[in-house]
Amino acid sequence: MLIPAIVAGIGTLVPIVYLALRAFDGDLATVQRLVLRERTWTLLVNTLSLTGGVLALTTVMAVPLAWLTVRSDLPWRRWVTILSVVPLAIPGYVVAYALISLGGSNGFVTQLTGTIVPRPSGYWGAVAALALYTYPYLFLNVRAALLGLDPSLEESARSLGHSSRAVVTRVILPQLRPALLAGWLVISLYVLGDFGVVALMRFEAFSYAIYLQYSSAFDRTYAALLSLLLLGLTLLIVATEGRLLGRRRYARTGSGSQRAVVITKLKGWAPLAYAYVALVLLAALGLPFLVLGSWILLAPPSLAAWQSVGEAFVRTASVAAPAAIVTALAAMPIAYLAARVRLRGSRVIERLAYLGYAIPPVSLALALVFFSLRTVPWLYQTTTILIVAYVISFLALAIGPIRSALMQVPPRLEEAARSLGRVPFVAFFQTTFPLIRRPVIAGTALVLMVAMKELPLTFLLAPTGFTTLAVRVFTRTSEGMMAEAAPFALAIVLFSSLFVGLLVSYEGRR
Amino acid sequence: MTRRLLTISLLLTIGSLASAQSLTLYSGRGEALVQPIVERFTAETGIEVSVRYGGTAELAVLILEEGRASPADVFWGQDAGALGALSQAGRLSALPEELTAGLPGIYTSRGGLWVATSGRARVLAYSPERSVETPWPATVFDLTEPQYRGRVAWAPTNGSFQAFVTAMRVVHGETATEAWLRGMIANDVQAYRNNTTQVEAIAAGEVDYALVNNYYLLRFLANDPAYPVAQGFFGDGDVGNLVNVAGAGIVDTSDDREAAEAFLSFMLQEDSQEYFTNVVFEYPVVPGVEPAGALASFDALLAASPDVDLDVLEDLEGTLELLREVGLL
Repeated sequence: MLIPAIVAGIGTLVPIVYLALRAFDGDLATVQRLVLRERTWTLLVNTLSLTGGVLALTTVMAVPLAWLTVRSDLPWRRWVTILSVVPLAIPGYVVAYALISLGGSNGFVTQLTGTIVPRPSGYWGAVAALALYTYPYLFLNVRAALLGLDPSLEESARSLGHSSRAVVTRVILPQLRPALLAGWLVISLYVLGDFGVVALMRFEAFSYAIYLQYSSAFDRTYAALLSLLLLGLTLLIVATEGRLLGRRRYARTGSGSQRAVVITKLKGWAPLAYAYVALVLLAALGLPFLVLGSWILLAPPSLAAWQSVGEAFVRTASVAAPAAIVTALAAMPIAYLAARVRLRGSRVIERLAYLGYAIPPVSLALALVFFSLRTVPWLYQTTTILIVAYVISFLALAIGPIRSALMQVPPRLEEAARSLGRVPFVAFFQTTFPLIRRPVIAGTALVLMVAMKELPLTFLLAPTGFTTLAVRVFTRTSEGMMAEAAPFALAIVLFSSLFVGLLVSYEGRR
Repeated sequence: MTRRLLTISLLLTIGSLASAQSLTLYSGRGEALVQPIVERFTAETGIEVSVRYGGTAELAVLILEEGRASPADVFWGQDAGALGALSQAGRLSALPEELTAGLPGIYTSRGGLWVATSGRARVLAYSPERSVETPWPATVFDLTEPQYRGRVAWAPTNGSFQAFVTAMRVVHGETATEAWLRGMIANDVQAYRNNTTQVEAIAAGEVDYALVNNYYLLRFLANDPAYPVAQGFFGDGDVGNLVNVAGAGIVDTSDDREAAEAFLSFMLQEDSQEYFTNVVFEYPVVPGVEPAGALASFDALLAASPDVDLDVLEDLEGTLELLREVGLL
């Protein structure tokens, strides 16, 4: 377990070493001038308040949705689950465009109702857009935790005279803590690194400054320096999460096997629940589809265009699928170390994995260009390097759900297997693995969906001529050809939804 | 499943190695524009072209990071800034003179390291409905006057805007440029992300004027002839009418210069030039090719454009510094 975890951990160090090397060749005076100015502080405050806003909104969206789909008698729970995850597959700028095109005197709202509403922008626009497609991270984490929650805990609490509210605050919420923290962590780090939405919403966050250095100054030195600053911020957030998580025990200790979850009847609350689900899904799915639909109607694509969508899809899947599988395989030992092994270094490796997720993709891609050309030039611009980049970048996504689940699995099972003569590896696969299979699948699905729409790593590292769906969308929107981009954007969303549907239905069939 | 995917990726890898002899193009211009040209080039010359698409800036930075090992033969960028950064780093090699012969001065680099493939002018987009009562500004400097207060949009983080500010610094000096930037801010100018969002902002009624490139509006008009926005030049020779370019150069580490030169001269052929102007509404660079429908004529453009050597636009760093100083970046 230790060795693969260390290898994966070292992988995430590669970009950091590169950034340090690059930042180091800047001249100190300019570096100081760039870093020690009021604007850096403004960017920092903006970034943190944006993160806070997105966390609050995603929590309000994701937690009730997760509870309703796992623990209530809401109808079509599986469909609601699938639809709740799909927004993850929608490229961020499509969501931002969707929100923007609501308002203004040419917007959808005006065309429907005749009243002019201002176009969303700035802080609230950015919060709304980011929350609308990042909440599934939290939804998936909380859902996995709720599925793994042992109902006997709640029953014991009730039999000891606790009210329903006390059961929620003293039993359920504390048990959800690792899942909430894992979801919040991933969303915070995403917000830190996101460029597209903050730019469209004209909100000046930290990632903006980094992008500017690359895109308008062609300056790798200061961009690297700013990336390091951002990583400092990431470390702070990751450490805070580690602090809050602490060393509590979450595994059940009773004898016998865990029973299935208990379903709560909604009764009089049902209409409210329906309205809530409808509102979230309309905002997160309805809006972007409205925009994609209107782009397609601008100029209906030809048959040949749809055929090239198919080819691009095969290429996209041929890197996204292996990347998802390798990421899940690498995440397991890391999550295992973090949840089970009480060594000083075991948590550090897990924390490193989160850095990979927060490094701005352009910096990560340049780091891999730098290292691969110097060490393994024959792998440069092959799908292998691209897959390695995906794994480094998305490792954190797969670790979250697996770690939360591992914390709920009692170590005694594995210890029993070992005492019966199984070697540790076999003991893990025969006892613990079947119990964490679903979160492993959830992690794989997450990585798959995000890799399907990944852009900057792909266009810098993929083999020349290897245009994925996301690259095709970009190379059309960059020339202002929205209608031509729409079929490819639609394909990303539809194909990813298909995967989610398959995986969620597998999850239900235990 | 896994094994099949691994086999596929292995085959793709081998495929990309086998085609290593062809011309490699790093293109900051979009696939929808580039692919038809590349196909015609291959049909005519038999030279295969593999294209890496991406952001213009990212691909330029990529070539810098790749160093001597860069597989790129030709770099095709959306703005003169990226070409300038590559030529300053010594990563572009000199072009043969016959390639650039006969082109107007605004379409070639002084050092002969890159050539424009199409031109794009800065213009003032406006709402015909809401600007009837306001006099048309003779120069971009007029926009700091009170009658334009809160009605003008710009995009300070956009590359084309920054190139225009660079040109203003060269033509009018640092002090005048800084005064103009501060005057605009004091006049409540509205900042947007890029040209498209600015044009949309006029249509949405948020602003009445916008400093943009010439082709964005034409794309909106192509989809919707009743789109409520129009555009025009400032007075002749005003720096507000700066003509910038999309252009291409040959990367110094190219292993097939002959094919690279053939590709560049193919892009300057008359039919390729007609294709560019008709598809993306940019100006042709070769005299004698008619600009697409709603564009001003070739001569009107030459008259309106200020006398700026595009090589000076390489000093983007100074512009960024100035924009930071006045608090825009």
